[in-house]
Amino acid sequence: MNKVIKYVIIDILRSKIVLAYTLLLLIISFSVFSLEGNSTKGLLSLLNLILFIVPLVSIIFSTIYIYNSAEFIELLVSQPLKRKNIWSSLFSGLSVSLSLAFLVGTGLPIMFYEPSATGYVMVLVGCFLSVIFVGIAMLASVINRDKAKGIGAAILIWLYFALIFDGLVLFLLFQLSDYPLEKPMMIISGLNPIDLSRITVLLRLDESALMGYTGAVFKDFFGTNIGFITTLISLIIWILIPFAISLRRFKHKDL
Amino acid sequence: MRSAIFFCAFLHLLIFPQISGAKTWKVGSQFPNKSIQSAIDMSKDGDTILVASGTYHEKNITINKSVVVLGKGMPVLDGDGKYEIVSIKAWHVVFSGFKLQHTGYASLTDPAAIKIYNSNYVTVSDNVLDDTFFGIYAQYSKKSIIKNNKLTSFGKEEQQIGNGIHCWKSDSMQIIGNTITGHRDGIYFEFVTNSVIWRNHSVSNLRYGLHFMFSHDDAYVANVFSGNGAGVAVMFSHGVKMFYNTFSENWGDAAYGILLKEISDSYIEGNRFIKNTMGIFMEGANRVTLKRNTFHNNGWALKIFASCMDVTVSSNNFFGNTFDVGTNGTLVLNTFNGNYWDKYEGYDLNRDKIGDVPYRPISMYSVIIEKNPPAMILFRSIMVSLLDKTEKLIPSLTPENLKDETPSMKPLEL
Repeated sequence: MNKVIKYVIIDILRSKIVLAYTLLLLIISFSVFSLEGNSTKGLLSLLNLILFIVPLVSIIFSTIYIYNSAEFIELLVSQPLKRKNIWSSLFSGLSVSLSLAFLVGTGLPIMFYEPSATGYVMVLVGCFLSVIFVGIAMLASVINRDKAKGIGAAILIWLYFALIFDGLVLFLLFQLSDYPLEKPMMIISGLNPIDLSRITVLLRLDESALMGYTGAVFKDFFGTNIGFITTLISLIIWILIPFAISLRRFKHKDL
Repeated sequence: MRSAIFFCAFLHLLIFPQISGAKTWKVGSQFPNKSIQSAIDMSKDGDTILVASGTYHEKNITINKSVVVLGKGMPVLDGDGKYEIVSIKAWHVVFSGFKLQHTGYASLTDPAAIKIYNSNYVTVSDNVLDDTFFGIYAQYSKKSIIKNNKLTSFGKEEQQIGNGIHCWKSDSMQIIGNTITGHRDGIYFEFVTNSVIWRNHSVSNLRYGLHFMFSHDDAYVANVFSGNGAGVAVMFSHGVKMFYNTFSENWGDAAYGILLKEISDSYIEGNRFIKNTMGIFMEGANRVTLKRNTFHNNGWALKIFASCMDVTVSSNNFFGNTFDVGTNGTLVLNTFNGNYWDKYEGYDLNRDKIGDVPYRPISMYSVIIEKNPPAMILFRSIMVSLLDKTEKLIPSLTPENLKDETPSMKPLEL
C-alpha cells in the first residue's frame, strides 16, 4: 500500500500541475500580505481566496487525475492487491500532495506574516478543505463512468458548496424570518464544509464583532473548545463519509 | 500725575480689599499648621494656602472660602477608601497641584476626589487622581475650569465605578487637557450648556469615553476618545459642535465611534474615526452636518437610520470600511455629496476630479442584514460578494436616492 501511495505522490508531483498550484498560492499569499498593511486584514482577504480556490482545485484536479489513471487502476486491480488498499492509496496520495501544496503555498506565508492561533486555524482548515474535496471528487468520479460527465459533476458540486448552498440558506432565512434561526443555522452551516470553515476562522477575527447577535450566538458555541472540537469532528465526518461511499462503490465496480 | 497714581492705588484698594490684605498659610509637618482643614478654617477669602509635600489623611476637606489651595511637590491627600476627599463649596476657589487617592465607594452619596457644590468660577488644575470613585464632580457650577488633571481608576464593572469628570446642571465650563482612564464614563455631562471640552484624552473607560445628555451648545475640540467600552454616546442635545476629535479602537458588539440619538442643529467636522465597529450611528438626528471627516477601517463607517432628516454628509474620506453606509428602511431624507469613497469604481471623462456616475454607498448585503440579521452568517462568503457586485451594476434593493452624485475621484486633503 505504501508503495502505491509513494508512486501516486511521485506521479502527481511529476505532472507539475500541483507545482503550479503551489506557486500560485505562494504568489497570491505573499502579495495579499504585502499589499495589506495590517496582517490580520491580509488573513481576511486570504480567507476568501482559500475558500474559493482550494476546493475548486482540489476537486477538479482529483477528478481528472482519477480518470487519467483509469488504466493504472485497472493494472493494479489485476495484481494481488485489495481494492480497498488501492482506493485508499489513491485517496491518501492525492490528499497528501494537495495538502502539501497548500501547506507550502499558504501555510508558509501565514507562518511568516501572521503566526497566531487564528493563522494556524486557517492553515488547518485549508488542509481539511483540500482533503474533503479530494474525497468528494473520488465519489464523483466513481459514480460516473464518462469523464466529461464526471468533471461536470465535480464542477457542479463545487458550485453547490461555494455558491448555491449559501443562496439556499439566504432563501431559507427570508422564508422563515419570523422564527429564531440562529441555532438551526449552526446545524445548517455544518452541512457545508466551506461555510463551516469560513465561520470557524471568521469568529476568531476581530471582524466577528460586526456579526451582532447572530455572531454572538455562534461565538458562544464555536468560540469554545467544545465548539472547536465539534467543528473538527464534523470536518472529519465530511472526509470520511464521501470517501466511504466511494470506496463501497469502487469495491463492487465493474471496471 | 502724582495724584493720578495715588488715585489709582486708592481705587485698587477699594476694589480689591481682600487681595491687598491677603495672607499665605503654610501647611506641612514642619509648619505649625499640620492640617489643611484647620488652615482653611483660619483663612479669609482671598488667602493662599500652600501645602508642602507629604501624605494627609484628613477624612474630608471642605473649602468653604474663596481661597487658593496649592500643593507644592505633589502632596498626597488620601481618602482611606471611605471619604470624599475635597468638597469645594465657595466661589473663586483655585485647587491645584495635589495627588488625590483612594476615595470612598458609595452609590448613594457618589463620593468624588474633588466635588464642586453650587459654586462658580472654580479652577481645578494639575492634579493627579488615583483610584477614585468619581474623579472630579461639578454640580450647579458656572464658568469653572477643570484643566490638566490626570485621572486614573481601576473599575471592573460599570455599576461599581463612577465617572471621571462628571458635570451636572452646569454652564460655561471649560474642560481642558485632562487624561481620564478606567472610569465608567470618561467625561459625563448632563444639563450642561455653553461649555468647551478641549484636548482631553479619554481612554480605556468601561462604558463611554464621552457621554452627554440634554447638554446644548457645547463644543468638543481636539479630544481623543479611544478604546472605550462603548465609544461615545451623545443624546437629546442641540447645537453640538465636534471638531478635530479622534474616535478610535472602539471595537465590540455594541461599541460606537459616536452614537448620536436625537441630536439636532449640530456640526461634526474634521474628526477622525478609526477602527470602530460603527464610526457614527445616528438615530433621530436632524440638521446635522458631517464634513471633512475621515473614516478609516471601521466596520460600518456610518449607520443612518431612516428617522434622520436633513443630515448632510459632504467632503469626507472613506477608506477600508467593511460597510460604508448602513440604513434601515428605504426612506432617505439626507444628502450625500462630494465624498471620497475608496470602493468607488466609476470614471471621470471630463477630468474635473468628480466621478461621472453616482456612488451608492449602501451595499446590497447591508440591506439584507438589516432586514434579516441572521443572514450575517453569510458574512464574507463568495455568494455575498457576488450579490454586491450585481447590485452595483443593476441597483434594485438598495434605497433609490441614497447616493453620492458627485463622488470625488481622489482622497480629499483633510
